[in-house]
Amino acid sequence: MNSTLVISQLLNGLQLGVLLFLLAAGLTLVLGIMNFVNLAHGSFYMVGAYLCATFTLWLDSFLLGLLLAIPAMLLVGVVTELLVVRHLYRRDHLDQVLASFGLILVFDSTVHMVWGPAGLTFVLPAVLNGQVTVFPGVEFPVYRLLIIAVGLLVALGLYLLVARTRVGMLIRAGAANPVMVGALGVDIKTLFTLVFALGAVLAGIAGMLIAPITEASIGMGKDILIITLVVIIIGGIGSIRGSFIAAMVVGLIDTLGRSYLDDLLKLVLSNQAAETSAPAISSMLIYILMAVILYFRPEGLFPPRSR
Amino acid sequence: MKRIVVAVALAAMLATPAAFARNVKIGFVTTLTTGAAVIGRDMQDAVNLALEQIGGKMGGLDVDVIFEDDGFKPEIGKQKTDKLVKSDDVDFVAGYIWSNVLLASRKSALDAGKFMISSNAGASQMAGKFCNKNFFSTSWENSQTPMALGEVLNRKGVKKLYIMVPNYAAGKNMATGVERTFKGEIVGKDMTKWGKSAQLDFSAELSKVKASGADALFIFYPGKAGGAFIKQYEQAGLVGKIPLYSVFTVDSISLPKLQKGNLKGVLGSQSASFWSPDLDTPQNRKFVSSFKAKYGRYPSFYAAQSYDTIFLIKSAVDAVKGNLDDMDGMRAAMEKADFPSVRGKFRYGRNHFPIQNFYLLQVEPDADGVWTTKIVETIYKDHQDIYASKCKL
Amino acid sequence: MSRPAHWTLLAAGLLLLLAPQIIGWIDKPFYLDLITRIVILSIAAVSLNLILGYGGMISFGHAAFIGIGAYAVGIPAYYEEYSGLLQLGIALGGAGLFALVTGIICLRTRGIHFIMITLAFAQMAYFTFVSLDQYGGDDGLVIDVRSEFPGLIDLESGVQLYYLSLAALALALFLVHRLVHSRFGRVIEGARSNRERMHSLGYDTYRYQLVCYVIAGMLCGLSGWLLGNFTSFISPEMMDWTRSGELLFMVVLGGTGLLFGPVLGVSAFIIGEEVLSGITVYWQFIFGVILILVVLFARGGLGRLLLRSGDGHG
Repeated sequence: MNSTLVISQLLNGLQLGVLLFLLAAGLTLVLGIMNFVNLAHGSFYMVGAYLCATFTLWLDSFLLGLLLAIPAMLLVGVVTELLVVRHLYRRDHLDQVLASFGLILVFDSTVHMVWGPAGLTFVLPAVLNGQVTVFPGVEFPVYRLLIIAVGLLVALGLYLLVARTRVGMLIRAGAANPVMVGALGVDIKTLFTLVFALGAVLAGIAGMLIAPITEASIGMGKDILIITLVVIIIGGIGSIRGSFIAAMVVGLIDTLGRSYLDDLLKLVLSNQAAETSAPAISSMLIYILMAVILYFRPEGLFPPRSR
Repeated sequence: MKRIVVAVALAAMLATPAAFARNVKIGFVTTLTTGAAVIGRDMQDAVNLALEQIGGKMGGLDVDVIFEDDGFKPEIGKQKTDKLVKSDDVDFVAGYIWSNVLLASRKSALDAGKFMISSNAGASQMAGKFCNKNFFSTSWENSQTPMALGEVLNRKGVKKLYIMVPNYAAGKNMATGVERTFKGEIVGKDMTKWGKSAQLDFSAELSKVKASGADALFIFYPGKAGGAFIKQYEQAGLVGKIPLYSVFTVDSISLPKLQKGNLKGVLGSQSASFWSPDLDTPQNRKFVSSFKAKYGRYPSFYAAQSYDTIFLIKSAVDAVKGNLDDMDGMRAAMEKADFPSVRGKFRYGRNHFPIQNFYLLQVEPDADGVWTTKIVETIYKDHQDIYASKCKL
Repeated sequence: MSRPAHWTLLAAGLLLLLAPQIIGWIDKPFYLDLITRIVILSIAAVSLNLILGYGGMISFGHAAFIGIGAYAVGIPAYYEEYSGLLQLGIALGGAGLFALVTGIICLRTRGIHFIMITLAFAQMAYFTFVSLDQYGGDDGLVIDVRSEFPGLIDLESGVQLYYLSLAALALALFLVHRLVHSRFGRVIEGARSNRERMHSLGYDTYRYQLVCYVIAGMLCGLSGWLLGNFTSFISPEMMDWTRSGELLFMVVLGGTGLLFGPVLGVSAFIIGEEVLSGITVYWQFIFGVILILVVLFARGGLGRLLLRSGDGHG
């Protein structure tokens, strides 16, 4: 096997993993602390991409676009929480699944109305559009490296926030024992709104980062949502550390599957069958992983303690 | 042209159809939602332009066009075709961007004895084993264009080729097409997830392309995927290293976006097609200039084919002077291909696919600096698809 | 159930029985398609309601059974094997087997994990059929000849297919009604609300739930078999997770744990979609808002809303 190819595929996997982590972090907190199944989490990914693209095209600067889109996402998160989500924390999962399914439809069609069906994209500044030599002989797109860096920074920031600050302490306590935190007289409602909006911002950032690679498009959140759910289940609901590790694992499996599975399958199948079935089977791998993990460790790899 | 609203179910049920003056009813199935809606809009605009130019009349009758959205899914496309046939009782079912939607819908339209006209999808099965006396195409059979491109690759001395196509009916046809004429070695081939949840991030595949040692990359990514692909192709540093050859990817749908982003890597890139905005025929000059005047942009080949669709139907209805029950008369008229086509004069093969020229196209700025495709040379003259021999008509 | 509800049911039943005649009179053959679709999906919804409404098992992968049932028509037909009995047998057997194998694993988990693991298995089924290039892969497969029952019934006739579907729906409703009112049903409902108590009473709830899950899977396979015949086209799209989501939505819309709730939910969903999508391309917006409002304000679904108003007036 070609080692430069292996290294760039590992980096590709890392980049996907980082993106998944940004999505999973918010989702796992919302599910872990508020016990809310938010199928509309992928919509924040989509809205983030659209907002960032719009602002970038408008101001002609990716950086300004990002800086403007982040507070906008915060607003979207807060409004969604206040209008709909807040009323559903005490409901059963079924109601939550349905209401957030409704939210997906609302977000999708709102985007359709505002931005039209075509999707929106913009191009990176020339500095980010090139390649850089990461190892001798291994060139890698600068921008994808940047995504990895940003993702790791956000992960670090989130770790510091959760491990070192008072809000973080409450979040941790909330994940382990939500009732207790409420009983301590903390303004639990505001905390919930904050956590929800934080999740929306993180998902939005993931969307903002991917927009210049693919584009902002309707429905982009639906597919990534399911993979994100897989990530948080594997990682253990409520656990940021678990989500991080699971995101990396899923990112790597998906990328390596896409890169090497067809060659592996060609050993047992005809060329044509291998070519057409490889993408499907590599997509299936993560679900198999999740089912296996759930079977042996129903709480996921890193369930928050005392739950 | 307004959709028939099934809405007020009761009212509609009670209302008896006023059957005095019949209209020519055309059902047009295309994609109006999802990211592919931009293609559907181009087709819709072309149909509306054509209707405007013929004064909304064919053979003395008024024309109704009912647009339906297939949602980029074969199943929905089929349901919508059923609805057009059974509920709206259209005379012609036309449109169809996607080969898989066309294949899923064919039975619904053809078994009901309607004319079916594909304005884009060119599934090879429709040209061969499923060819039907009531099916016509105003586009091409899928493998023709990539076959033409394969010839170009041979002439350019390409020895090692990497193929990337979406994993659906047309993608498979495109890959087969280029493999049929390309004489060198295929060093790699990736088929990526397509449809409503298509894969748009090609990082893993592009890394493989880079490591494969290919001296050309062949792609087929229609609609928005094309723009995303070309961007990533640039970001991966492949411009100037592994030249890009495409079919149905670099068109007036993707080019404005690429120009907006100043992705100069696409300038000079070559593709094959039966048509280009600068194709010099009387009907095409009229079409392109009026389309640009009305909508302020270049039409795509999807638009050109849809425009042709309306004129093909008009030639049929005119020939029978509006007697829509005369199926045989209309069929005979369409078989003659006696209508002003954007591609100039052409004739139909026995499977009702056009026998036509294919050109080599190159991306260049026009006089106003707008990026567009220009014809470099003719690759095939009067080319007939290879599946025609399998058609039992 | 109150008396007005009985009358409503009777009227609805009569309407369904006479639907093809009425549609024949008004000469709108498309409505037969619409109502057949409603009846067939109702069977799937009734089966989901059995495990969800009575058993509390929220399956997010029910569409997989529909797909299996539909492919049981398509794959044999691909090999020109049209025997209806054989295809039906494969549909029921395949769906039942899939339910058994996945159920053994899924039923070890609870709550959100059950939702996710059923989803995982449905996705595996989805991607399995996507990878089957021979049967069309992502593009799906056109079924040229519907299931054949020589001398008995001709499914090529839309009306006969409709009546077969209606009979299947009636059978499914009857089966579910008998099940939930038997000792079996009480154990299932008991396992939902108080598993420990059922255990201490000596019931192996896991086994009961597994049997229930398999029955639901087979019923849904039946619905898929009918759907495959009805649409004459199958594709992996039928098992996409959004389909499972829609099915869940229909059941909850109609009212979980109500015998006729699913039928009501499916009817409201499909007619709503047809009506709204005829009005605007942005119909999903209206649909989404209604969905959120139903969850926020109409707890218990349309079925209970009707029952309540019925009680209020009579």
